[in-house]
Parts: sequence; C-alpha cells; structure tokens
Amino acid sequence: MPQPDDVVIALERVSKNYGAFMAVDEVNFTITRGEFFSMLGPSGCGKTTTLRMIAGFETPSAGVIGLEGVDVSRVPPYKRNVNTVFQQYALFPHMTVWDNIAFGPRSKKVAAADVRRQVDEIIEVVRLGDFAKRKPTQLSGGQQQRVALARALVNYPSALLLDEPLGALDLKLRQAMQIELKRIQREVGITFIFVTHDQEEALTLSDRIAVMNEGRVEQIGTPEEIYHHPQSVFVAGFIGQANLWPTRVDAVADGRAEVRIGDTPVAGSLDGLSLQPGDLATFMVRPERVRVTVAAPDATGASMPCKVIDYVFQGPVVRFALQSPDGTEVAAFVGADEQLPLLRPGDDVWASWDRDASRVLAAASPIPRPNAHDPLPDSRGVQ
Amino acid sequence: MSVADAPARSGAARWLRWVGKHALTGWAILGYVYLFAPIIVILVFSFNDLRGVTHPFNYTWKGFTLDNWAHPFKYSDLAHAMVKSLQIALIASLIATVMGTMIALAQSRYKLRATSLVDLILVLPLTTPEICLGSSLLTLFLTLGRPGLGFTTILIAHVMFCVSFVALTVKARVRGFDWTLEDAAMDLGAPPFRTFTRVTLPLIMPGILAAFLLSFSLSIDDYIITVFNAGNTITFPIAVFNEQKIAVPPQIDVLASMILLVSVGLIAVGTVSRLVRDSRLASS
Repeated sequence: MPQPDDVVIALERVSKNYGAFMAVDEVNFTITRGEFFSMLGPSGCGKTTTLRMIAGFETPSAGVIGLEGVDVSRVPPYKRNVNTVFQQYALFPHMTVWDNIAFGPRSKKVAAADVRRQVDEIIEVVRLGDFAKRKPTQLSGGQQQRVALARALVNYPSALLLDEPLGALDLKLRQAMQIELKRIQREVGITFIFVTHDQEEALTLSDRIAVMNEGRVEQIGTPEEIYHHPQSVFVAGFIGQANLWPTRVDAVADGRAEVRIGDTPVAGSLDGLSLQPGDLATFMVRPERVRVTVAAPDATGASMPCKVIDYVFQGPVVRFALQSPDGTEVAAFVGADEQLPLLRPGDDVWASWDRDASRVLAAASPIPRPNAHDPLPDSRGVQ
Repeated sequence: MSVADAPARSGAARWLRWVGKHALTGWAILGYVYLFAPIIVILVFSFNDLRGVTHPFNYTWKGFTLDNWAHPFKYSDLAHAMVKSLQIALIASLIATVMGTMIALAQSRYKLRATSLVDLILVLPLTTPEICLGSSLLTLFLTLGRPGLGFTTILIAHVMFCVSFVALTVKARVRGFDWTLEDAAMDLGAPPFRTFTRVTLPLIMPGILAAFLLSFSLSIDDYIITVFNAGNTITFPIAVFNEQKIAVPPQIDVLASMILLVSVGLIAVGTVSRLVRDSRLASS
C-alpha cells in the first residue's frame, strides 16, 4: 500500500451519469507520485469522462476526487493544480508558441522574469527553442504535440492529464512520440495520467494500467499483471490476443480449475478467483503460448488434439488457425525455428502449452445486460 | 469562290470566339457599373460648381470646383445633423454589438431549449417592413408616455434592429469555434473572465468588428424608422430629405463622400494588414 504522502490522486467511488446513462460507475483508484498511469478501454468506456472529472471539466455525480489529500470534486479547473494535454492539442491559434506556453504562468500571476525563465527552460525540454516565435498553424503535428506538452508542464502540475494525445499522429510519429513522452516524464518526474484506447501504447508507456469497460474499472495492475493475469474475459480479450472457450468448472484443486473443451480435459490457474465446480467459466490461453506438434505431447491437462484449418508463414512467426475439440478456432503463433513438417489443412496435430500459460476466468455473460452493474461484459471470443 | 470564302469565314469564327471569351467579362463590368454608378455620381457631383445660387439644386453639372470640399460645413443644419447621426450610429452600434455578441455566444455555447424561437425573434426585425417597425415603435413610445421622442428613442429603435444583424453576423463567426480552447485556458489557470478576454474574444473579434461596422452603416442611413421616432431631433438622412424641397447643396454629396472615403479607408487598412500578415506567414 503506498504511503498517504505519496498519493497524488485518489478516486473514491466516483460516478458520473447523464440521465439514465452511467458514463462512469463507482471508479476507485489511487495514483502515486511520479507514476505513469494509463486508463485503457474502448471508446465510450468512461476513461475520458474520468479524466475530465480529474481536470475539473465535469463534476462527479457521486464520490470524491482527492488531489494531494484535498477533496477537489467541486473545485473549478482553474483552481486545480493539474494540467491537460488535449486530444486535438487546443493550442491558442492567435498566440505564438512562446505565448502559448507562457499562458499558464501569466494566468497565475507569476512575475515576468520567472515566466521567461520557466518558459525558456521547458521549451528546451521539448526541443522547440527554434520555433518559439511561430504560430501553432505553422508547426507539424508532432511539434504541436510538444507545444501542448510544454504548455501544460510549465506549470509544474501535481499531475499531467493526457487525453489520447497521440491519436492524431501517424504511426511512425506516434512511436517516436511514445519514446519522447517517456523521456520527458522521467526528466520532469511529474505524475502522468494517460488515456488511450491503444493497448500497445498503454503497455509500452505505463507503470500501471486501469482497464475500463462500460464505465467501470475491470482491472488495475502493471502491464505484465494485466497481460499475464487478466481477471476478466474482457481484459483477456482487450489486451493482446486470447483464445477463449466458454465452459463449465469440473473440479477445483490447488488454485486451479479443471474444465473440458469438447471431451478433452484441460486445467488452468484461477489466479485467486473463487469458482466452484458447476460454475460457468471461460478457459483462456494466449496464441503465442500455444505449441503445435504432430506427436502427442506428454502434457495431460495442457494439450488438446486439433486439426489444421490454415496457416500463414510470416518470417519470424507462423500463425496457425486450428480447430479445437469443441469445433472452435484456436490461434497459435509459433516461432519459425520450430522444426515442423509441412502441414496441410486437415492434418491432425496437437496444441499444447506450459502449465502456467492457461487461465480459468469467470464466464462472460453471453448478452450484455442493460444493468450497468453487470459483473462482466459479453464474450469476445478470439481477438 | 471557296478560296475567297475561307479567310472571311475564319474571320467571323475568330470574332465569335473573341466575343465568347470576353462576353462574361463585359457582363461583369456592366454589373459593377450598375452597382457603383450612384456612388460615382455622388463623388463627381461633390465637385459641382453651384456658387452664387441661392437655392442650389445639385442636379445638373455646372463646372468643377474645390470650394464645396473647402467648406463642407457651410450649411450648419446639415453639419449638426451629421454629428447627431454619427453619435447615434456610434452609441447604437456599440450597445447592439455588446448585446448581439452576448446573444450569439449564449446560443452557440449552450444548448438552449428555445434556440429556434430565439432565431425566429432575431430574424423578425429583418423581415418586418421598416414602416411597421417605425410606426409600432412610435405607438409603443407614445403609450408609455415617458421618454419624450428624440435622441433616446432613436437610439432605442436603432439598437433594436442592429442587435439582430450583430447576433446573426457573430453567430456565423462563432459557428465552428473550438470550445476546448476555453477548457484549455481554464485548465491553465485562467478564470472565466480572463479566458474570455484572452482567448475567446480575440478569436471572434473579426466577426464582432464586422458586425459593428454593419450596425454603424445601417444606423447612420436609416430614415423610415428614425423619422417616426425622432420628434424634433434631426438626423442626417432626415435633414437631407427635408432640405431637398428647397435646395440640394453639393455639401450633401461632400459629407456623403467623406463617410464613403472613411469606410473605404477602413476596409483598405484591414485588407492591406491581412495581406502583409499572410505574406509574412508565408515567408517565415
């Protein structure tokens, strides 16, 4: 548990509803000093609304937002020491780059000499010294992005809020800016709260990720925890790819549950989930953990007989589509150094995996119910 | 025969092609002449030499003189009326610009339930015949009994029809305004008033200025609504209309030309400064 002094932002049962629509539903989390924290989820999951409540543009319908130990739930944005990098940057088109960056300190009545020093300092951090006298429209997307960053960081905020800041950039620039963001965050040591729908971006940048869906936080953890130990079918499907089988628990022992795929018994780690025999469940294994062999492997409970549907050779990776014992499709990404004989569609093979690669999750409800308090969303199958 | 015909036919074809190429240009020139002829007549006749005539009627050309321009305020009634008109136009446009801008901002910023009703009310003064507006305003003022007809009632009347023009002009400018800029300003610590003066206002200023100039030009030449509600106050259009029964001195054209030159000058300054800014943007 983090020390209270280290907590920069704390959300306690924060909700926001627009009429009957629950945009954010009892969200809880704390963010510590210097952390790179991401809110990740599909559009409409409530991540941007949560960010706007932290910034002060929206008032929570219920719950408390704490900033540096003070309840700021009803404090207007201009009295909160957090700053935002907007999705489309929202740079002031009638001001130069320098004046854009100086807007914050000037609004806070910082002495002119200090404004000059602070702006000149931050403009070097984002490497825009040569562009100080330009107007935002004369800059490229990446440069505008850095002005938006500098304009927010110059105020030394308790936390920097970033609303899909890389969404408007093309792929190459986005990857360059990811590295840049991480460098700047290390350099200034400010807490970053980052909103994105791009799971790869979240995994690359974040110390911790909150995966959100339909207004609720599904899981909070480090990128590794989220990826390897998903707590729900939604998280398993949204982060990376996952083979998912709806099934039923046969037996539980040693934190593992036994289930069947077709007639093949398999077992997976429960990761602390309390499921009982007879409960509906979902079996999961990631494609890159699946091995494909012709001979039956010595791995009871961690293998199943399959048929080859198709495969694609991609150099470093061979992507298999297999038919599992219950008829569903299994994806398997196999390293190119596997000594596989030439396989054809219809050939019998075995899919197997390490004991710790498979999970048994609570069943996803087949149809999303209108009630926003649903424990789980609909199944996504193979993503 | 055919040998002799060839150059003639090609000559006719060339002439037709020439006409086809330039007909549109000629038509456009005719259009501009139609638009600007009255203005050119005013400019030209402001130099008409009518000295020594007791009741000058500036309708026929008598010769060139600079005397009218040397003594533009020779007829003090006209000059006073012009000052009054300028005062009314300035104050009415200022009030209408502030009010109309607030209406436009409120309509764009917030999703008001009565937006379409407000739109209707804004358009009404533009579509209602001036004679109806003027006479009904007179009825209203007389019913209320208070302020005596004059400067104040003219001002109220002018503000009324200018507000609509301002609100509609500014609304056109504000449409498409990126309201997240206001979020950004407040996020950076600017309270609402500073946000308005430093971000919103500078960005919609061109629209507000255009609306102000439009109001000014509408107010300064309004006759029909004004004459109903003027009482004993004489504005420039009323003065000119009263005068023309006994005399139309060339000073009317001089004063009108002055206003014309001032407004053309303002437009020129605006255009040149924009061209300079654009070329500087392009070169940097």
